[in-house]
Amino acid sequence: MFKSMYNWIDERLDVTPMWRDIADHEVPEHVNPAHHFSAFVYCFGGLTFFITVIQILSGMFLTMYYVPDITNAYYSVDYLQHQVAFGVIVRGMHHWGASLVIVMMFLHTLRVFFTGSYKAPREMNWVVGMLIFFVMLGLGFTGYLLPWDNKAYFATKVGMEIAGSVPWIGGYIKELLAGGTIVGAQTLTRFFAIHVFFLPGVLLTLLAAHFFMIRKQGISGPL
Amino acid sequence: MAHGHKSDEKIVYVGDSRIRQRSADKPTPPDYTSFPGKSEAFIPNFLLKEWMAGVVILVGFLVLTIAEPAPLGYPADPLNGSFIPMPDWYFLFIYQLLKYPYASEDYIILGTIGIPGLAFGALLLAPFLDTGKERRFYRRPIASSMMIVSLVASIYLTWVSWHHYTEELEKNGVIPEHIEREIKSEESIKAGKGRYIAGKEDVVALVKADDPAFSIMQQAQCIACHGAELEGANGPSLRGIGDALSKEQLVDTITNGKNEGMPAFKGQLTEAEIDQIATWLSEQKAAAAE
Repeated sequence: MFKSMYNWIDERLDVTPMWRDIADHEVPEHVNPAHHFSAFVYCFGGLTFFITVIQILSGMFLTMYYVPDITNAYYSVDYLQHQVAFGVIVRGMHHWGASLVIVMMFLHTLRVFFTGSYKAPREMNWVVGMLIFFVMLGLGFTGYLLPWDNKAYFATKVGMEIAGSVPWIGGYIKELLAGGTIVGAQTLTRFFAIHVFFLPGVLLTLLAAHFFMIRKQGISGPL
Repeated sequence: MAHGHKSDEKIVYVGDSRIRQRSADKPTPPDYTSFPGKSEAFIPNFLLKEWMAGVVILVGFLVLTIAEPAPLGYPADPLNGSFIPMPDWYFLFIYQLLKYPYASEDYIILGTIGIPGLAFGALLLAPFLDTGKERRFYRRPIASSMMIVSLVASIYLTWVSWHHYTEELEKNGVIPEHIEREIKSEESIKAGKGRYIAGKEDVVALVKADDPAFSIMQQAQCIACHGAELEGANGPSLRGIGDALSKEQLVDTITNGKNEGMPAFKGQLTEAEIDQIATWLSEQKAAAAE
């Protein structure tokens, strides 16, 4: 029955070539840990994506309870950590996952660097990957403020001061990020919007480009 | 004008769509001859193994999150002058860099734009700087050594920054807020006063928070309006309510409701349950909570 359903859809939308582009490829021996255990270094990219998916899912659940305003933000986090069923696990996954995704991405970057996989014809994919790295750091920076505890507040303040010390445009960057002259109510809503809508949008676009290029070019050959 | 299935047309579409009518012969699969050896189909063979490894990692990750809950300190207080700021660990290298005299004050441009800009710029443009054909890292001494030096420097800066932070905590006798809060919370629960909520110290503590009447109230959704710890939310706080209302008044309020907001619980709770709750609430007196 699934076969006939698939054929029905395929006849109308011609999905087989798309499916083949996405999924129907082979994994060469030199990147398969089943054949050479040292090839586990090729897994870090996939693991980064795996944890990114966890981040997106856990973040979606967190927004069900989180309130981005300065009087309620802290108490909504406190509530979801202590009162909501499994809230402590969901927040824990998002909190620790943020560090883990940086670690995995870092290891993936090092693997690509030391295997020279960024060389022609894969230059553009490296650049996109670095942009993903910066977006991830941006997600970490904006997400750190959201629980609105002292650690979040003062770390953001330090970050703002660093941004403000950039010559000429520093003041503008600072005001744009903070939504005013101080770290306050505007900053929190702004960081929330950046963390939940702007950066994830950019991230998904860059990831799509990253994966499109790796499928198009294939994985780099053995050393 | 619909496209028919005329054989003299070069491209035949499905209906009036832009989907091409497929010919009977199957499309040829892609060629993998560029990587001879024991290659393996991605779906399902390799993906299945990858998923199994992923599940092991996921379980380990879940164990970590259960063992070590995410930290939460006290509510942000902009007037708190003694708080030692601490960015997340992956920003520490740059935080530390900006503490050195040659990367701050008069040379701040070097610290914020110069060194990080050069390092990240070089990283971003690595494929255009390292254009040789050689891929093995030991045959690319310049690129590899620059990467290793930056790595060691970043790790060192992170370590120094963390070391300074722990040293400062020790010097000032400060326990990090998220740890202090956990300790206070545990003590408060042990003393039967309900969980400690930072910033709500002026709220009267609960008396006998382990009383079964409290769990009846939780199940009856009283906490939806009165707060999870009865500290008040949309509805008023019930802590210290015993000072304001007698047990009879409480029974009346719960049974028949009050004003617009408080619904009548007659029929939803048994008389015995209402009595139990009212008795417990009437014991919520500020003096008893001290």
